[in-house]
Amino acid sequence: MKDPISKRAYVIPPSGIRKFFDLAVTMEGVISLGVGEPDFTTPWKICESSIYSIEQGTTSYTSNKGLHSLREALSRYLLQHYNLRYNCDTEIIITTGVSEALDLSIRAIVDPGDEVLIAQPSYVSYGPCVTLAGGTPVSVECTEADNFKINVERLEQKLTKKTKAVIINYPNNPTGAVLRGKDLEQIADFVIDNDLFLISDEVYAELTYEGQHTAAAIVGNLWERTVTLNGFSKAFAMTGWRIGYLCAPQKICEAALKIHQYTMLCAPVMGQVAALEALRSAEDEKNAMVNEYRLRRNMFVAGLNRIGLQCHVPEGAFYAFPSVKSTGLSDTDFAERLLKEYQVAVVPGSVFGVGGENHLRCAYAVSRKDLSEALSRMGTFISQL
Amino acid sequence: MDDKDLEILRILEENSRLTADEIATMTKISLKELENRIHALENARVIRKYTTVINWEKVGNGEVSAIIELKVSPERDFGYDRIAERLSRFNEVKSLRLLTGTYDLQLLVTGKNMQDVSRFVSEHIAPMDRIRETATHIIMKSYKENGNTLFEQQETERLPFSF
Ligand SMILES: Cc1ncc(COP(=O)(O)O)c(C=O)c1O
Repeated sequence: MKDPISKRAYVIPPSGIRKFFDLAVTMEGVISLGVGEPDFTTPWKICESSIYSIEQGTTSYTSNKGLHSLREALSRYLLQHYNLRYNCDTEIIITTGVSEALDLSIRAIVDPGDEVLIAQPSYVSYGPCVTLAGGTPVSVECTEADNFKINVERLEQKLTKKTKAVIINYPNNPTGAVLRGKDLEQIADFVIDNDLFLISDEVYAELTYEGQHTAAAIVGNLWERTVTLNGFSKAFAMTGWRIGYLCAPQKICEAALKIHQYTMLCAPVMGQVAALEALRSAEDEKNAMVNEYRLRRNMFVAGLNRIGLQCHVPEGAFYAFPSVKSTGLSDTDFAERLLKEYQVAVVPGSVFGVGGENHLRCAYAVSRKDLSEALSRMGTFISQL
Repeated sequence: MDDKDLEILRILEENSRLTADEIATMTKISLKELENRIHALENARVIRKYTTVINWEKVGNGEVSAIIELKVSPERDFGYDRIAERLSRFNEVKSLRLLTGTYDLQLLVTGKNMQDVSRFVSEHIAPMDRIRETATHIIMKSYKENGNTLFEQQETERLPFSF
């Protein structure tokens, strides 16, 4: 028999360190700080409106781009919240999570042989999506010394004639770093001067704790070269609904729409109805969740530093990214022993690529009670090393 | 009253057992300032009491609660205040509000059992001067109190890891 598996499927790495995670599933009494999603359930208003629409028989396909009412509401929301201007008829596509939006934008932009610069540590999908599109992912390290912000000199070092695009994600998973206007201006110069495109995953935009989120596309002349990705998963605690969106200049949007039309057809209508309700009426619920994350962040980061894990203050998302250097253990050894001996699950930073080693990703989208218990177990673990 | 006070109040309302230290860390307000603010809120009687939400149905001591609506003739100069104060002095009256609509006052009353509640209403509330009409609604089951749901919610399955 021929090998059924394509070469592309071979080259993408298996996700994370499977065995270790499978172990966590079988153990009792585990407190998991390994989950990249809100611990809240979706605000009831949102659920209720989707349930009602199902009862009314709203169960069919929508237009490829998504419900017009949703795109219209989104266009207004983006303008109000981020000063972003996208035309709801030609520049927005509703997708099945940011996950799909990411894949679409990469496939719309990247040709085989193209190189894509990826700011790392980063969310695990970027590299494999580039590979699947035939491109070559090129990691660009963001260091703790730079507060995990992307540094233009490092981008320049990795630039070649084949470079086509840059992928950034701020507020960042796994570091919690955010970019401010002046950071983005430097990126704008780099992208424009070198005739590149920017894919900006802003799924954690609403989870910015100090000041306002700055969307990449509003900076300088980046708009015409930027694909803005965002979604409902994190801000509105809607991971299971699978709704995200892609915003880009018409030409890119049209290309992405072709791919979307043939591969996904449209995002699930139940999720789209829910997303519309989220925009219409769940602002207070969202703000309450964001505020709770902020309180937990302050408590958790102070706790980490107290038990001897040095941790910069993450300004966004819901991850703390402490260093384990002081313990003498590698991030994977630390995480494995912490899980086996103290039943606390965290993700070793090296899972997120270069710059992640010697760090742990701890999601604080967990009740305060569990956070304090996790801190106390971690403290005991460290004191016994 | 500023944003910091509001934040402190919201946190305490959610969990009044948090220590000042814990609240200071969470809000990034210094411990000294936090303690001063809490004292000020206590002195101003904005914070009335630190208490607990208990699901008495689970305790199963047979206690019964009822909502009592009253039509009351208001008094010249005092309106409803004097009668409301008199009513509120009964231990059995757990909450008391003045409402718009068909009835004027609404009471939440608890007693050891059904007879206890009906005796209290007929002997102490109904005969009071100025009370023109009463309507008693026995509470059969409580699903939510002060923002806290009292029914058990199914735990949803959450993956221990996702990236
Ligand atoms: C940075 C980042 N981008 C995208 C996603 C995927 O989001 P969605 O649920 O919208 O597919 C995640 C989820 O963890 C993420 O952390």
